[in-house]
Amino acid sequence: MGKVIVVTSGKGGVGKTTSTAALGAALAQNGDKVVVVDFDVGLRNLDLVMGAERRVVYDLINVIQGEAKLAQALIRDKRLQSLYLLPASQTRDKDKLTAEGVEKVITALKSAFDWVICDSPAGIERGATLAMRHADAAIVVTNPEVSSVRDSDRIIGLLDSKTVKAEAGERVEKHLLLNRYDPNRAASGDMLNVDDVLEILSIPLLGIIPESPNILRASNIGSPVTLCDASSTTAQAYFNAARRLAGEAVPVTVPGERRSFFEKIFGRKAA
Amino acid sequence: MKILGFFRKRASASAARERLQILLAHERASVSGFDLVAVLREEILAVIAKHVQVDSRHVRVKMERGMPVSTLEVDVEIPFDARARAA
Ligand SMILES: Nc1ncnc2c1ncn2[C@@H]1O[C@H](COP(=O)(O)OP(=O)(O)O)[C@@H](O)[C@H]1O
Ligand SMILES: [Mg+2]
Repeated sequence: MGKVIVVTSGKGGVGKTTSTAALGAALAQNGDKVVVVDFDVGLRNLDLVMGAERRVVYDLINVIQGEAKLAQALIRDKRLQSLYLLPASQTRDKDKLTAEGVEKVITALKSAFDWVICDSPAGIERGATLAMRHADAAIVVTNPEVSSVRDSDRIIGLLDSKTVKAEAGERVEKHLLLNRYDPNRAASGDMLNVDDVLEILSIPLLGIIPESPNILRASNIGSPVTLCDASSTTAQAYFNAARRLAGEAVPVTVPGERRSFFEKIFGRKAA
Repeated sequence: MKILGFFRKRASASAARERLQILLAHERASVSGFDLVAVLREEILAVIAKHVQVDSRHVRVKMERGMPVSTLEVDVEIPFDARARAA
C-alpha cells in the first residue's frame, strides 16, 4: 500500500507545485513508483511544471465523473518510467470534485503506487481540504515571511482536525519544507531564519530549499529541477528532503551556515 | 553607519518573530471556536447580577492580546441606587 502525501500551505505562490514536481521526480529517480496529483481545479499548473501539458487528455474530474478510466487519465513521464501525473481539470466546475470521488481515486492510486503526492490548491476551502483529506503525511511549504508562516499555522490546525486520520484519532505526519530561503538575508536579520520558523510552527523540518534561479529555469523548460539540474544545490536539497520523507535520517544543513539540524523536533505547544 | 544598519535590519526579523508568536498563540486558541472573552463576559455579568442590578450594556469586557500575558479589562457601570434595589 502506498503512502499518500499532501503538499499544502494555505498561501498561494510559496512553491507547492514546484516542490510536488521536484520531490515526486526525486522519489521516482530512486526507483519508487510515484504519481503526482493536481488538485488545483481551474488553475492547473503541475502539467506545465512537469512538461506534460501537451499530453493531457483526461483529468481527475473526468475520472471522478466516470467519463474516463483512471489508467486513461494517468500520464507517464517521458524521462522517468516510474513517474506519473494525474492532471486537474482546467475547465470544469470545482464542485465536481466530490469527497466520494476523491476517496475512490486515492484508494485506487494507493494500491498501484508507492507514493501518491497531492498538490493542493491555495486557501483553506474545499479544494484544499479535499487534497489533504486522505493524507498519511503532509508537507507544509512555507516561505520565511510573516503571512506564509501564519497561513501554514492555520493549515497545520486543519491537518489536525479535518483529515480522515485526525477524525479517527490518529495523527497526520507533518513536515516543514522551508522554501525560498535566502541565506544572506537571514544572516543580515531582515528575513526570518530557520530557528524562528521552526520555533513558531513546531513541526519537524523536512528540508530547506534556497531561493534560486534554477527553479525558474526548470519551470521554463518543463522539467522538475531534480531532473534537469540534478547537481545544483537546489536539486540536492530536494533529493535530501525526499530521502527524509522516505524515513532516512539525513541531517539538514542550513544554507550559508556550517551547522546542521539533526532530526530537530519540537513539541507543538497548544495555545 | 554599518553597525547601525545591522541593528536596524536585525530588528525586522525579530519583530516578525515576536508579532507572529503573539498572533498565533491567540489564533490557535480561537480557531477551536471557543470565544474566551464572550464566556468571561457572560459569567462576570451573572456574578454581578447576584448582588447589584446592572444593565448588561454597561458591562464592558476587553482583552488586549499580549505575550507573555494578555490583560483583561472589566468596566462595570453601577447606577447609584442599584445596590438598594437588589437588596
Ligand atoms: N526556491 C525557489 N526559488 C526561486 N523561485 C521559486 C522557488 N520556489 C518557487 N519559486 C517560484 O515561485 C512561483 C510560485 O511557485 P509555485 O510552485 O507555482 O507555488 P504554489 O504552487 O504554491 O502556488 C513560481 O514562479 C516558481 O518558479
Ligand atoms: Mg500550485
